Amino acid sequence: MAIFVNEHTKVIVQGLTGGQGKYHGLRNKAYGTQVVGGVTPGKGGTDVEGVPVFNTVAEAVAATGATASFIAVPPKAASAAILEAAAAGIGFIVCITEGIPAQDEARTYNTLVRDYPNTRLLGPNCPGIISPGKCNIGITAGEIAEVPTASGPNVGIVSRSGTLTYQALYELKQRGIGVSTCVGIGGDPVPGTNFIDCLKEFQADPETHAIIMIGEIGGSAEEEAAEFIKANVTKPMSAYIAGVTAPEGKKMGHAGAITSGGKGTAKGKMEALAAAGVKVGNNPTEAGDLMAEIVAALKG
Amino acid sequence: MDLFEYQGKQYFARYDIPVSPGDVAYTVDEAVAAAEMAGYPVVVKAQVQVGGRGKAGGIKLADNADEVRLHAGNILGMDIKGHLVKRVWVEHASDIKKEYYASYTLDRAAKKHLLMLSAEGGVEIEAVAATNPDAIVMLHIDPVDGISLAAARDAAVRAKIDDEAVDGVADMLVKLYRCFTEGDCDLAEINPLILRPDGGVHALDAKVSLDNNAAFRHPEWDEFRATEELDEREQLARTHDLQYIGLDGTVGIIANGAGLAMSTLDVVNQVGGSAANFLDIGGGANADMMAAALGVINFDENVKSIFINIFGGITRGEEVAKGIVEALGRVELRAPIVIRLDGTNAEEGRAILANAGIPESKLISKPTMLEAARAAVAIAQGA
Repeated sequence: MAIFVNEHTKVIVQGLTGGQGKYHGLRNKAYGTQVVGGVTPGKGGTDVEGVPVFNTVAEAVAATGATASFIAVPPKAASAAILEAAAAGIGFIVCITEGIPAQDEARTYNTLVRDYPNTRLLGPNCPGIISPGKCNIGITAGEIAEVPTASGPNVGIVSRSGTLTYQALYELKQRGIGVSTCVGIGGDPVPGTNFIDCLKEFQADPETHAIIMIGEIGGSAEEEAAEFIKANVTKPMSAYIAGVTAPEGKKMGHAGAITSGGKGTAKGKMEALAAAGVKVGNNPTEAGDLMAEIVAALKG
Repeated sequence: MDLFEYQGKQYFARYDIPVSPGDVAYTVDEAVAAAEMAGYPVVVKAQVQVGGRGKAGGIKLADNADEVRLHAGNILGMDIKGHLVKRVWVEHASDIKKEYYASYTLDRAAKKHLLMLSAEGGVEIEAVAATNPDAIVMLHIDPVDGISLAAARDAAVRAKIDDEAVDGVADMLVKLYRCFTEGDCDLAEINPLILRPDGGVHALDAKVSLDNNAAFRHPEWDEFRATEELDEREQLARTHDLQYIGLDGTVGIIANGAGLAMSTLDVVNQVGGSAANFLDIGGGANADMMAAALGVINFDENVKSIFINIFGGITRGEEVAKGIVEALGRVELRAPIVIRLDGTNAEEGRAILANAGIPESKLISKPTMLEAARAAVAIAQGA
């Protein structure tokens, strides 16, 4: 199993001929992901190390049967690229682009909801998704993700921060704990996929036995996730929230990471999650230790 | 980026939102000239990005040139809660019949735009929300649809805006929405939005926060950037496109990714240290950016150790390592580096550092974030 993507997922890369698209697209392919094509307007008919390039997503889908897209284009072009993929029938879009204007993001998200309800957007400004041993879309270094075992227990990871996603993968790898799927939802104000979307999938996925959630300051996504967990998630969880020491009112790099008027603080989020029965660590390593305890208990 | 009141009003004017006639002044003479243009009586207002200007004596009414000289002379150079007043806004004093409140923001939970409108303006909206929440109309707007004049009018009626002001307020709401969306604002707030005795409405104050991600399509923002109040370290970081926030601790921090940078601050704090800054060199950082980041950290006299925490995704380990070697060749760092390098091409990166012949007094490598934090804090505290 795994959630959202697996060994059958066929991926195209929008921006395959660009620096980031080429580097990571080919890395994803080398990992074993079915990277079946690329899209760059005006470069159709060429190829990037054997991967065929098309002018439009529609052409790429018709020729390859792609079901997912990896978008690695500059901020100015990202919204149009997302909508083009959705219009071409792509069901799962991963957009790693950082720096998209919030107004564009809000319009694009609401357009997807209205006109393309069967398309899921992951990101923007996210590291992507990896179902270890099956499919890696995005910028995650595949070798730091432990492949899940048939017998389990395996852990699902959902994170708002890119580098902390790797950190979480790394913590589990160090302990030899398998990962079913690791989803980086991104740190922007309007993420296409949120914590609850992922928690719902992990709860339903038979290959996932426990869940790590990595949040950060700003907004109320973690608090809403805590409410959802309380009512719907029976699998054991650990969590970490970044930004305990963040000064109020300053954007901590991510457009979404800002506390104001005592709201969106790490402390409030940690308390909400703890109240929902989640074991909350004070740093990524502690969250990993807590997960190791959970996994040991599951093994009985 | 937060705008000063006068910049917010100038921004509003671009979208035909009526504001009081006035001008910005950096000197007493300029203030008098601005007053003559605006017409007496005028209000002289300190331009600082902090609340409580009025109570601090930063807002004064003047009936003639002598009074403008007196007040502008007092206010320019004044310190308001640590903010130096470098300029005043001088505008024609308005007769006020009623004060309302209007703002647009993005409601992240609902993923829609949010209009807040109240007939109780002129005070902090948080106070109204706490004492009389029913006095605020909240309307979610689908960003695909925008707000129609009819919807704006309906909101004004529901907010109990006076009958004579409803049409004017509705018109302003539509214009303010255009400013918010086309103008790429994170926040566009008018408080107070006033009704004059002659039945007209206009914006008496302006609070505008711009989305830095949209700067590429707003060349007109360059002049706002020039007046942004950053400390020297922040200025330097800005020129290199680094996400930097100055803090007052002793451990300089460089990390890739905002989450990891925040987490690094947390871990330094947990092992008993304090961070001198937040610095995210971002995804895909190369040798030049690492060298620039070290340059910014080196500028900070409080820094006693430098903790570089890199977990490679887009960022490649060998690039980070090259940057450090290059920076050590270019500048004499004031403090030793403790580095933790993992992820994409980390082994190549560690090999580059190990073979560069850098003495341990200048560079220490640690395998985990916690160990690196402990080492950096120990050095910072002279242990």
